[in-house]
Amino acid sequence: MGALAKPRADALEARLAALQLPEGGWAEPARRDALARLSATGLPQGRDEYWKYTRPDTLNAPEAPEAALFAGSETLIFSQRERLKITFVDGVFDPDQSDALELEGITIERLSEAANRDIHWAKDLYGVLEARGQDPVARPLAALNTAFAADGILIHVTGRPSKPVSLVYQHRGTRSDAILHHVVKVESGAEMTLLENGPAAARFNKVLEVDVADGGRFHHVRAQGRDHERRAATHIFARLGRESLFKSFTMTANGVLTRNECVIEFTGDDAVAHVAGASMGDGDFHHDDTVFITHDAVNCESRQVFKKVLRNGATGVFQGKILVKKDAQQTDGYQISQSLLLDEDSQFLAKPELEIYADDVACSHGSTSGAIDDDALYYLRSRGVPRREAQDMLTLSFLAEALAEIEDEDLAEEIRERLEAWLSRRRG
Amino acid sequence: MLEIKGLEVKLEEEDKQILKGVDLSVEAGSVHAIMGPNGSGKSTMSYVLSGRDGYEVTGGSATLNGEDLLDLDPEERAAKGLFLAFQYPVEIPGVGNMTFLRTALNAQRKLRGEDEISSTEFLKLVRARAADLQIDAEMLKRPVNVGFSGGEKKRNEILQMAMLEPKMCILDETDSGLDVDAMKLVSDGVNALRDEGRAFLVITHYQRLLDHIRPDVVHIMSNGRIVKSGGPELALEVEKNGYSDILSEVA
Repeated sequence: MGALAKPRADALEARLAALQLPEGGWAEPARRDALARLSATGLPQGRDEYWKYTRPDTLNAPEAPEAALFAGSETLIFSQRERLKITFVDGVFDPDQSDALELEGITIERLSEAANRDIHWAKDLYGVLEARGQDPVARPLAALNTAFAADGILIHVTGRPSKPVSLVYQHRGTRSDAILHHVVKVESGAEMTLLENGPAAARFNKVLEVDVADGGRFHHVRAQGRDHERRAATHIFARLGRESLFKSFTMTANGVLTRNECVIEFTGDDAVAHVAGASMGDGDFHHDDTVFITHDAVNCESRQVFKKVLRNGATGVFQGKILVKKDAQQTDGYQISQSLLLDEDSQFLAKPELEIYADDVACSHGSTSGAIDDDALYYLRSRGVPRREAQDMLTLSFLAEALAEIEDEDLAEEIRERLEAWLSRRRG
Repeated sequence: MLEIKGLEVKLEEEDKQILKGVDLSVEAGSVHAIMGPNGSGKSTMSYVLSGRDGYEVTGGSATLNGEDLLDLDPEERAAKGLFLAFQYPVEIPGVGNMTFLRTALNAQRKLRGEDEISSTEFLKLVRARAADLQIDAEMLKRPVNVGFSGGEKKRNEILQMAMLEPKMCILDETDSGLDVDAMKLVSDGVNALRDEGRAFLVITHYQRLLDHIRPDVVHIMSNGRIVKSGGPELALEVEKNGYSDILSEVA
């Protein structure tokens, strides 16, 4: 730690004092490596290039800031569908609210149980994809996660399971601090859908590592819960083989602080990765999507589609990068980040980046910030749709491009209904 | 039906008077046409009547069946039976045409204190009306006006009109951007809606639309006023001699 400047070293020391590194099994060396990575970089600081727009202090603090529980009583999203449900309460596995971890075409284990063994398939991935994702941009909270995650789910996909695996997070303690680390390995030709929902804890640090082998397909849809005061820092690290497919969509409605990072690396040719998000914030809401996609293979397609609806002083952040390496010819990279500002107090901060070393690529990016379109509003009202309802229709219309990234139409419809409900609750 | 008296309108943002005292009375069951050169105030009048922002009424009145229109929100005017077919229908990505139609229909019913239409009833109605206008299921599913050709957009306006069954229909240059076949289709759609309880105000540059939608009364608008009114023959006169003859005659 000697190399770190004093504030950084002090913050790290205070944080580490509150944590204990789980020992034993195949995971321990990976955890120790991660701790070394974290010790080399220190915790994120406000002057770091990728933390300029989002204050990391509450994510770094030794203890989770207090977060009141959400009092809503509506049916939880995804609860009506066929799924294999796995529940974590404040980051602790709850067997009573979980199905048996058995599903044809897939093996599912808990990290806390599997890690004690000497040999395990996850050894080649746990912390490995995270470590690859630390270069060129350090992601200290992910390294911290690898070192200290108490539990998580390890999923090995060898076939095509008949239903999605659904991770349900519940927040019960007002100062709970959860660290979970999931690893998914999708074998060649296999396919799965992972669902996640709920607020997890007062503070949540989550890493999801996904390795998709040649021809594998991985779908991910998550809803980050309605708990308003919770804080979350999440990372996805994905490595994609030849002709593989990766699709991840996130809906966020409320949340005082959310930082979702997604780091994707194409290592095989002809693969596809789409990452999208629809977030809606009202008032004391800060939502940050930070994406880094590395094209290191030929003829791969990546899409980033992020839409944010902001009102009453909410803040949205987007930092998205496409890096195309020298030999990644015929890369098709698309990136769009847009905000709909429903008043003048809200703000959207966007940093799109393209870094291209190949000469035969098609990359485009765009970022816009705007209000409801007056002409469209007038058009709807002239047909009899009242102003607030018309605004909501146009807000959903603004989000439509992100929702279109969800491949399963039923899931897309379920997300759309939630967004609609969020809007209508505010219609008054 | 529609009574406009001494209507004066300026732009809200700048000191520019657009309408300078328009008088117009459209009776139930009739079709009135308004013709006039560019910039005469025809479209402004349609916007002001339907409640678009950006205009300030500085004098006069406009009523629909005796009720003051100008103080109402656009949606209230719609619920009371006013409909404007737009010259440039707006594209709304992400909102399906069917959803839009149904939302609008139910919103109007709600504002009038009526029950919502059932799904089956709505589907039956929309299919029948769409078929008349040669609008297929695919076009109904697409987002409102997105990727529609000029003719498709105008047919879609008439479909909305047919679904919402307004009492007072204003058509703002519905013929612009239409080829002969599309014009026939759109006109047939309009003519099918002609009814004793319904009136039309057809705004157009050209006489040719009026070959299909036969007006009872033709008005010539110029410089913010209606300067001449007459029968269908007035439109033919415009077609033959242009506006300048008429305008110099009334000047």
